[in-house]
Amino acid sequence: MLNIYLTIVLAPLIGSLIVGLAGNQLGRKLSHSITILGVAISTVLSLYVFNHHVLNDADIFNQNIYTWMQIGSLNISVGFLVDNLTAVMLVVVSFVSLMVHIYTIGYMHDDKGYTKFFSYISLFTFAMFTLVISNNFMQLFFGWEAVGLVSYLLIGFWHHKESAIEANLKAFLVNRVGDFGFLLGIAFVLMFFGTLDYAETFSQKELIVGQTLFGDFSAITVVCLLLFVGAMGKSAQVPLHVWLPGSMEGPTPISALIHAATMVTAGIFMVSRMSPLFELSDVALTVVMVIGAITALFMGLLGIVQNDIKKVVAYSTLSQLGYMTVALGVSAYSVAIFHLMTHAFFKALLFLAAGSVIVALHHEQDIRKMGGLRKKMPITYMTSLLGTLALIGFPGFAGFYSKDMIIEAVHYSDLPFAGWAYFAVVLGVFITAFYSLRLLFLVFHGESRVDSHTEEHLHETAPSITVPLVLLAIPSVVIGYFTIEPMLFGGWLENAITIDSSHHALDKLKSHFHSAFALITHSVVTLPFWMMIGGGITAWVFCLYRTDWAETIQSKLKRTNYVLNSLYGFDKLNEIIFVKGALKIGNLLWKVSDMALIDKLLVNGSAKFTRYLGAFIRPVQTGYVYHYAFFMIVSLMLVLGWVLIASDYSFLS
Amino acid sequence: MIALSDYLILSSIVFCIGLAGIFINRTNIIMILMCVELILAAVNTNFIAFSFYGSDLSGQIFVFFILTVAAAEVAIGLAILTLMYRNRGSIDIDVTNTLKG
Repeated sequence: MLNIYLTIVLAPLIGSLIVGLAGNQLGRKLSHSITILGVAISTVLSLYVFNHHVLNDADIFNQNIYTWMQIGSLNISVGFLVDNLTAVMLVVVSFVSLMVHIYTIGYMHDDKGYTKFFSYISLFTFAMFTLVISNNFMQLFFGWEAVGLVSYLLIGFWHHKESAIEANLKAFLVNRVGDFGFLLGIAFVLMFFGTLDYAETFSQKELIVGQTLFGDFSAITVVCLLLFVGAMGKSAQVPLHVWLPGSMEGPTPISALIHAATMVTAGIFMVSRMSPLFELSDVALTVVMVIGAITALFMGLLGIVQNDIKKVVAYSTLSQLGYMTVALGVSAYSVAIFHLMTHAFFKALLFLAAGSVIVALHHEQDIRKMGGLRKKMPITYMTSLLGTLALIGFPGFAGFYSKDMIIEAVHYSDLPFAGWAYFAVVLGVFITAFYSLRLLFLVFHGESRVDSHTEEHLHETAPSITVPLVLLAIPSVVIGYFTIEPMLFGGWLENAITIDSSHHALDKLKSHFHSAFALITHSVVTLPFWMMIGGGITAWVFCLYRTDWAETIQSKLKRTNYVLNSLYGFDKLNEIIFVKGALKIGNLLWKVSDMALIDKLLVNGSAKFTRYLGAFIRPVQTGYVYHYAFFMIVSLMLVLGWVLIASDYSFLS
Repeated sequence: MIALSDYLILSSIVFCIGLAGIFINRTNIIMILMCVELILAAVNTNFIAFSFYGSDLSGQIFVFFILTVAAAEVAIGLAILTLMYRNRGSIDIDVTNTLKG
């Protein structure tokens, strides 16, 4: 099996290296063939691994394959841990990545950096694989940083655009904040357990219980919170979410691959992987849940006022990541992974569909200049519709199961603030339905607002774009129905996730669950269903039925509108405190430490001191031998006199 | 009978004259060489005086060594002087200040 795991991880890397180094010589066709072949191999083998581990209950594979470094007694290895959680992640990542690779052929068709782009996305796939397959914290961190790096490269892919450069810098810096916390968390893990291996760490997790840090803070809480700070950075939770909307400056395929389906879920995956640690701290779990709830609700609200087609989807991603985080908080890790999986499919679908619209309209992204595209782009419309229904949780679709389970899990949770989180996630359903359908209505329904020149050439996009849409639409519709029972209640993830016996949310879910079909029939009497219908109707009223109402309300609620349009002022706050603060500190250090201390005092000061000293001493050296002789004799007399009279060896004493 | 102290006083005076000659003299280098010889002579006087009064012959043997070395030194010193005069046209002390810092 080891060879299979190795192939899964290395195939995209080899493809990436070949195309990255020799892309120009290979040409476009060969370049995309090589990278797609690499990812396709990974996808097929991932499915095999999924079958082997999840369906056939193979034992957990945990093995170090290469010693990275040996520092004293600390052994840092490259190793593989393949359990069911990893297997699920491998399938999701490789499948979405493959779809995006194929889609890129059509989307980047006219781009100069065609081969470079393929090299990057393959490299990203490799990085994500190393992250999910890792069996220790260090390799996890390597993958973590590697996906961050590729994300940086891809957000700034169109580097002639200034906004893209700003966005990738922002993404990188915000992620640094998260990574800093993450690294501290890893350091504490090393401090308490003396190892970075997952299995060894988790097997002695009792060691940390009851220990304290920094006075009287519980050690496990501090460690978990620091690890979660890393997750907040990568999975874009408030207040480290600011980079994700900005990352929409990159080409659409990577928005789908990195900023919706895979990289941003790394935080969710990581917390699930660390479930044995997180389960030890109720405080940490509560924080996770509250942060998730805030993100789910308030980031969704922002989606309502966005007019850029990709930004709307981006805020919806933030909101959905919030849902996953809430699920983590209430110890329903498998539900979070379940939502991660369904979300990966339908969100990749929505992004790729948005990209399809953007390509068809010659890179127009403003939804106010779209409309009525339904007839011109039937495939894109149908797949978008399916994706949207999955996103808003229409009964039967994938998102329905996962989101409903999250809401129920929060409902059953005993953590403090769970009531508030429940309110947030239920209200989130309304908002999700509202902005998703608003997007759908404004883009595909109603009258066309496309300018006439573009309208004439408007047609459905190329097969390389539409085929991935269709292939992603299928799991977006059915995967929830087929996997909910085994994944949540059938023990698919049992060998990877630990849940403390004091957390009952998942048990209660299980006792109330009958069948996937029963959930659909039952849904009509539940609150989330009517919230969703309400959101849908509201969207219909404002976007199609009475479009003037939206403006009236906007003018009435100026203040709310202002708050939403300024994105709650997070950007402003960061600018004032961090950007300007950093500038001020930089100025201060430049003037005080650099100019005054180093340049003036140390460098020029020491030179000047030597010069003055020299000028003072130089006259002594007259060049006349008899002066030197005089000094010698006088010095000799002084020394002799001292020896004779004052020293310990004095002859007079 | 001449006492030891008389010899020592004499040699001190000669030594000091030699020393002062080195510092005070401003004319030429031959004077410095002569002053060095004076200092050596003072030392020799001391050696001989102590040797005589202390009944130890090794002091007088030292004097022979010193005389030999002094002769060699003067020979070299005079050779340097000759060369210096040839190159510079002068053996004045005021000119020989190339060691100046």
